[in-house]
Amino acid sequence: MTRLNDHNVLVAKEIIARYPKKKSALIPLVHLSQQQNGYVTDDAMRHVAELIDVTPAEVYGTASFYEMFRFEPTGKYLINICGTMSCQLMGADALMHHAEHTLGVRAGSTTPDGLITLQHAECQAACTEAPTLQVNYRHRYRVTPEAFDQLVDDLRSGALEAVVPPHGTLARNRQQIPADRAVGVTDPDDVTEGPAWIQVTPA
Amino acid sequence: MSTDYTENTDRVVSPLPWAPGFYPGDRPQIVTSRFQYEDGHTIERYHATGGYEGLRAALAKSPADVADEVKNSTLLGRGGAGFPAGVKWGFTPQGVWPRYLVVNGDESEPGTYKDRLLMECDPHQLIEGCLIACYAAGLSQCFLYIRGEMPLAHERVAVALDEAYAAGYVGTDILGTDFGVDIVLHTGAGAYVVGEETALIESLEGERGMPRLKPPYFPAAVGLYGQPTIVNNVETLANLPFIAKEGSAAYTAIGTATSPGTRMIAVSGHVMRPGVYEIVNGSTTFRDLLYGDEFCQGIRDGNDLKAFVPGGGSAPWFTADQLDVAFEGPEAGAAGSMLGSGAVMVMDSTTDIPAAALSLVRFYAHESCGKCVPCREGGTWLYRLVQRIVDGNGTDADLQTILDVGQSICPGDMPHASSERLGLDAVPFPYKMTTICFVGPSAYVPIHSAMTLFPEDFDALVTKRGERRSIPVMAGAGE
Repeated sequence: MTRLNDHNVLVAKEIIARYPKKKSALIPLVHLSQQQNGYVTDDAMRHVAELIDVTPAEVYGTASFYEMFRFEPTGKYLINICGTMSCQLMGADALMHHAEHTLGVRAGSTTPDGLITLQHAECQAACTEAPTLQVNYRHRYRVTPEAFDQLVDDLRSGALEAVVPPHGTLARNRQQIPADRAVGVTDPDDVTEGPAWIQVTPA
Repeated sequence: MSTDYTENTDRVVSPLPWAPGFYPGDRPQIVTSRFQYEDGHTIERYHATGGYEGLRAALAKSPADVADEVKNSTLLGRGGAGFPAGVKWGFTPQGVWPRYLVVNGDESEPGTYKDRLLMECDPHQLIEGCLIACYAAGLSQCFLYIRGEMPLAHERVAVALDEAYAAGYVGTDILGTDFGVDIVLHTGAGAYVVGEETALIESLEGERGMPRLKPPYFPAAVGLYGQPTIVNNVETLANLPFIAKEGSAAYTAIGTATSPGTRMIAVSGHVMRPGVYEIVNGSTTFRDLLYGDEFCQGIRDGNDLKAFVPGGGSAPWFTADQLDVAFEGPEAGAAGSMLGSGAVMVMDSTTDIPAAALSLVRFYAHESCGKCVPCREGGTWLYRLVQRIVDGNGTDADLQTILDVGQSICPGDMPHASSERLGLDAVPFPYKMTTICFVGPSAYVPIHSAMTLFPEDFDALVTKRGERRSIPVMAGAGE
């Protein structure tokens, strides 16, 4: 059973209500399903399609464009090593080489125990702190071979449970729009007049 | 491997661990003034440091007056194109509702590293900027699109939004006025091309992030859900609280007439102190930035400068000949490049230039959305050719093929810097392009710059052909 669970359906409905058109919630909802299951399952995509009134093919069509969505089981920890210019200049190739040896797997695959998936990644916006990597999208800066080995040890021993949530969880808190303060949405096709406060006159 | 970690242990580390890479310095600070506080992301600190006063000042005036104030400040967009924000707002048609603000927080240009800090260290400043923009341009809903790979920024902005809703800054009847607007936080899922504004809108509509055909050139007329839409970069919006509070005159007093204010520059690569610096716009030069004591403090290990990328991975490269170019768009353009997103990547004399160019060509080939053929096919072709040359299996014919493929993406003269050493004159920016957006040309730019400015590095590689070379890790070799 990999459809969204009851709690996540409530979260999903709240997210959908924030957008003038339901399909805009597609990416946030696929993230939600990936948070629940660790990767994006076919059932979850069908469920998302039902929630936003599109076909499952449309959900897959959009989701398959984006790199963060994974469609096969993924390690609990996804390690992305950046290889774009700033990191490449500071030794990213050597870091990847070391990582492959430490983990005993090639970039793009998962360790046999299913704990860690290693991946090559592109620029992570931490260029001054090169070489960098992200573990489940949490940054690690100026990573040395020793620091990498320590990271792997800590992930294996569970020492980082509190710091690094399992793969799929992005932000650990979500925006909560209070009902009594929300302006709410209107269908863009149904609006003829602007909100009362907007009185834009040509200068 | 030509590069080894141990060479780099003497690099200076930022004194502010919560704002990694940031160095304050003794300069005017418009957008980074709260980076010095560890709790700069909380509403308490924001209130204690003049927060939301810009919004109060704006709400005391008419929206048109606030828009004029921004127009007078000549605030230039910080996303890469450098278009004046106030002018862009003016492109929205009158009397068409609803209209939207989409905040471009999908920063992923190679080397760029400013929007993430702005969102993580001072999210309320961004929120206040969004509110001022919505008020001034008459926008009825705001979507804050944050790159998926930045969960910390997402967490900080989500908490800040909750605080701002509770305090009455966002939502209905803001600060007791009729003005009301929702700000919705939206997460991306990893695609560089979504930084292009029409692709950002497609992505926000739940589609594949492919840029839309132009015209219309600006989504201000037809954007999100077919309605008027303003797309602004995070740093652009972060400047608005200052402009609203202090006035446009205080803003234009900093920097030069054509490039007022400050801008954030990230310098990475082979410098002593790689970092993010808020510099005075217009007057600061690349020499100040790379060699100045308050900035990067020179090239690492006392090496010479070989080349640098002046404005993010898509910008043509500069060498030591262009160090005296200032952060002034037209000046950089005449010198053959652009200032782009404010990212400088520095290569010292030990750099393997073809390999460095390869890392960028691979990036853009990988990030092509596949909509335009010259980019989809040409980018991948370029990547394979450059990989072959770097592997030591390239030929003279491959070098020519690179130029031919490049011509099909960017027909005509390709901009590049001048070189005293080679007796080359500069070809000014910009290039012509056969694609909708800049991803296609960006795959060609780095390899064109590298081959134009350092032909000998490529000649050395192709003449070594036949010599046995190690297979790079990415291609799949073990020990």
